[in-house]
Amino acid sequence: MQKRRGATQAKVPAANSLRSIMTSTPFSRARDHLGDAQLVELYRQMMLIRRFEEKCQEMYTRAKIGGFLHLYVGEEATGVGAISNLQPQDHIFTHYRDHGHAIARGLNINELMAELFGKDTGTSHGMGGSMHFADITKNFWGGYAIVGSHLLLADGVALACQMQKTNGVVMVFFGDGATNGGEFYESLNFAQLWKLPVVFVCENNLYAMGTPIEVHSSVKEIYRKASAFDMKAMRIDGNDLLTVREQVAEAVEYARSGQGPVLVEAMTYRFRGHSAQDTQKYRSKEDVEQHRSNDPVLIFRKELIDAGVSSAADIDALDATIDEQVEAAVRFADESDVPGNEWLTDSGIYAAPLATATVDPDLV
Amino acid sequence: MPVLTVREALQQALHEAMADERTFIIGEDIGHYGSTYGVTAGFLEKYGPERIRDAPIAEAGIAGLAVGAAMAGMRPIAEIMSVNFSLLAFDMIINHAAKIYSMFGGKFSVPLVLRTTNGWTQLSATHSQSFDSMFAHIPGLKVVAPATPADMKGMFRAAMADPDPVIFIEHTLMYGVKGEVPEGDYIVPIGKSVLAREGRHITVVTYSRMVHLSLQAADILAKEGIEVEIVDLRTLRPLDMSVALESFKKTNRAVVVTEDWQSYGTSAEIATRLYEQGFDYLDAPIQRVNFREVPMPYAKNLEQQVVVTTERIVAAIKKVLNRS
Ligand SMILES: Cc1ncc(C[n+]2csc(CCOP(=O)(O)OP(=O)(O)O)c2C)c(N)n1
Repeated sequence: MQKRRGATQAKVPAANSLRSIMTSTPFSRARDHLGDAQLVELYRQMMLIRRFEEKCQEMYTRAKIGGFLHLYVGEEATGVGAISNLQPQDHIFTHYRDHGHAIARGLNINELMAELFGKDTGTSHGMGGSMHFADITKNFWGGYAIVGSHLLLADGVALACQMQKTNGVVMVFFGDGATNGGEFYESLNFAQLWKLPVVFVCENNLYAMGTPIEVHSSVKEIYRKASAFDMKAMRIDGNDLLTVREQVAEAVEYARSGQGPVLVEAMTYRFRGHSAQDTQKYRSKEDVEQHRSNDPVLIFRKELIDAGVSSAADIDALDATIDEQVEAAVRFADESDVPGNEWLTDSGIYAAPLATATVDPDLV
Repeated sequence: MPVLTVREALQQALHEAMADERTFIIGEDIGHYGSTYGVTAGFLEKYGPERIRDAPIAEAGIAGLAVGAAMAGMRPIAEIMSVNFSLLAFDMIINHAAKIYSMFGGKFSVPLVLRTTNGWTQLSATHSQSFDSMFAHIPGLKVVAPATPADMKGMFRAAMADPDPVIFIEHTLMYGVKGEVPEGDYIVPIGKSVLAREGRHITVVTYSRMVHLSLQAADILAKEGIEVEIVDLRTLRPLDMSVALESFKKTNRAVVVTEDWQSYGTSAEIATRLYEQGFDYLDAPIQRVNFREVPMPYAKNLEQQVVVTTERIVAAIKKVLNRS
């Protein structure tokens, strides 16, 4: 891998600025700005999500993972691109389709796999499962499984950031289906009213479970829902990693500067069913195949190779490392202990259990 | 010791809470309007709009923003104007506030105090309810419903110091109730019941406004030579039955008085615990006095028949004593 331009050099305007404007693309601009190593890192995150989730599906089929399993496959560019703009002091909330966001934020995949296996070494000691990944050390406040609800919690953390003057921004992910319930509207109103530093990222994958957007929303362009609140909004191509990164960067900076929240609608598509149980009667195989030919991970992989950022052999080697890490995560999860019964007592339910127990110790 | 009303005691407690810079109050009409029941009157002028946050009429938002802020290190007080409106915030309270600590493996908690108020006064069906049992049903919540000005102050202090979500239930008909309140630092722990009156013939187990009605009933019965012992539970979750059971072992008879519907209500839990843990001491079936099980009517003559009155408590006590 040749080392081309560093980030510092990129900040200097090009000699022939007209030419550079005419020929520049999100890819070339990101390459100038980030450097090649960082581009490969973003690819690594997308591929790690992809391989991790393919393994999840396998482990689900083998009954190592229980409950609901909502895969993010096909939507990786949105999560990785958006989250790549965040600083350590920033915060993330997401919904039950949370694996991608967690990995993009750098959560440990051993702990994530252990959580899926219901083990004590999991991110939430096996108390949360697939829909509830969290890691407070990374300000990753969790996946929330009540559709639309976590937007209000995100507002609350943003309010704390504002009052504590931390300069932090809260990014909250949700689907198109989440934009029809009252909590969505309450959260937008509060955020705009109080100029809270929130970036609302709607991942519009065209379906709420199996209900197409034409059937579930009076307004088909979700970003326009922000106009009722005089809120800044944008609709972006959620399948192009570096477009997402560039456009969301603007939203993050806007929120951070104290001007208020932004609603970002990222157009994307989920390749798998809503959850592992979904038989997908609501869409045709052809439709899915067509979208699959637009695979954001493979597109970016090809871009890296075509532009000479990395060689095919180097990328293959990286993929192999990712596979080994995912295998190691499965071993870690397999070998970990299950959580203890203390989680069934007051000490598992309350940060400060009281002298009077609420859980009946004699319960049979 | 100074004598204060419940309202004044709460005001003291809230001012004390505001000494912590992490604390802010969020609710409807708490500032510009001057507070529905007068508790936060003058707070906006004193603390400013950053910390006294007049919120839109959006109960889920009020509770939800408070939950989020609490997770991120603030010590918010959320006010839901009336418990009837808390139904719109139940998702935030039950699915979030109560779950976050355990569901995320104990890594962070929700140090939130949510104040709300029960009550009725010819407000008809949607404005006269009590959901005590619905809150108290939920593992992960702590639920308190103090009866006296002193307990209001002391338990509010305990609630603010607690790292878990506490539902603090007040009563619209109690803000004017007076009582002695210790000055300065005064804390009454959550989860400890007390005797509100000593007696030896029968035990009344109750809480919140019903403590005062039970005391009136005891005064009436005292004239007939009946000595009523009254237990004020103060906390509904965790439910401390130790004082009630001690009393029951002495009197062998009990009446449970709660201002909510009987079926599946708080009195069902309280009576069951007396039966389960005090069965050997039981001399007569336990009686319960509660709201009649109808949506609250507006007409005064009908409303009076639905609510708990001193007369109904007296009658229930006599019934239990006569049976034995
Ligand atoms: C309040 C609520 N209602 C219903 C559900 C069941 N449910 C889970 S996900 C889902 C669809 C959500 O679709 P969308 O918001 O578009 O997100 P996506 O799953 O497509 O990412 C439904 C109906 C739920 N979890 N919560």
